[in-house]
Amino acid sequence: MFRDATLIAGKDLRVELRSKVTLQQVAPFAILVLILFGVALDPDRGILTRASAGLFWVAVLLCGLLAIQRAFTIEAADGGRDALRLSGLDPAGIFLGKAAAIFVQLAALEGVLAIGVVVMYGTAVTGVVLLLATCLAATAGLAAAGTLYGVLAAGLRVRETLLPILLLPVLAPVLIGATKAFEAALGGAAADGWPWCGLLVTFALLYTTFGTLAFGPLLEES
Amino acid sequence: MEPVVQLHGAVTLLGRFPALAGIDLEVAAGEIVLLRGPNGAGKTTLLRLCAGLLPVARGDVRVLGHDLTDRRQARAVRRRVGLLGHATGLYDELTVADNVRFWGRAAGAAPEDITGAMAACTLDGRLAGLPVVHLSAGQRRRTSLACLLARRPKLWLLDEPHAGLDQDGRDLLDGLVRRAVAAGATVLLASHELDRAEALADRVVTIVGGTTDAAVPPATPAEPLLVP
Repeated sequence: MFRDATLIAGKDLRVELRSKVTLQQVAPFAILVLILFGVALDPDRGILTRASAGLFWVAVLLCGLLAIQRAFTIEAADGGRDALRLSGLDPAGIFLGKAAAIFVQLAALEGVLAIGVVVMYGTAVTGVVLLLATCLAATAGLAAAGTLYGVLAAGLRVRETLLPILLLPVLAPVLIGATKAFEAALGGAAADGWPWCGLLVTFALLYTTFGTLAFGPLLEES
Repeated sequence: MEPVVQLHGAVTLLGRFPALAGIDLEVAAGEIVLLRGPNGAGKTTLLRLCAGLLPVARGDVRVLGHDLTDRRQARAVRRRVGLLGHATGLYDELTVADNVRFWGRAAGAAPEDITGAMAACTLDGRLAGLPVVHLSAGQRRRTSLACLLARRPKLWLLDEPHAGLDQDGRDLLDGLVRRAVAAGATVLLASHELDRAEALADRVVTIVGGTTDAAVPPATPAEPLLVP
């Protein structure tokens, strides 16, 4: 399973490195979202600073949708899904590999967004350990749930519009938990943020387990 | 010896709709069987059914000793078949070598099998480093063939295999098919290029309206084995 996951993750990341979609399209989109928030709320810079945790995670969610769509678009082209089914790869390995590739891309985007929030919104960084732990747990949850719903929507003709409708409500706990944990870390009360981080870890574990079990049937049926 | 492919009254589903009208077919080990018939007769559906990609709605389907009415056995079959279809399954952004390496490694192929497959399909030169998006249709077809070859399948399922290939490519494909059969593989192919496909086949099966019509011998005898 882990050999297959490594193979899939390596392939997906190589496709992204060659196509540069994340670098040339998703990353600029992420910066654009931050700028638009800034333009909309600029009259009161205090609001931007106070809301930076929520704005950061909304931007991550929007970019995440693009990364997840992209991960399954490359399989939809030229019979990739059938080729994957014929490959003999373990479906659980395919799930873990695709989730790992999305995780890596989102983590890189979060780095870009973090710099953007600090520079544009003037947010002071405190509670670094909690911030990093929150990023790891939330990104893992996003990647796992996104991969699961991505394959569900991938077989449908309306996948581009269906995926956000299916996925965004499911990711509400991630948005809430990550925002609360970030607010606690940035507000100097890191102890209040750890329970939220625990919620994110639970979410990630649940979706990783469920995805490992359900990805095979979903790949077959969707 | 048990036939490699056995279908009795097989019906599958395309979405919610039944496809194939209770087809019967047997293919012995080492045989090259040509499926011919008009567009929409069910040739591609039959190949996909044999690959374990479509469910068995009715009847019996056994491929390489596995009962495909049991969906769990379909996965075991997929590892041992190679399907060369209309879609290539190639990743445009990756190079020819990346694609063959990926699909070969996915099937557990040894590195020498992967390089051997690329060499056999004459993809080991400048083409190897070229992204697939820049390839012609024929070059894509040869890359797809190399991916199949690297898997060393026991059953080759070829859907219009000559389409898009130039004369050299067609000769190459026919030679590879004969070499695979000599090495113990079995081949089921669907084609509208009857002259060439009949020359390759041991037996011709006509499909009309989702069922077999009659088995007839090929119009011309098979060409001698090509060993490069």
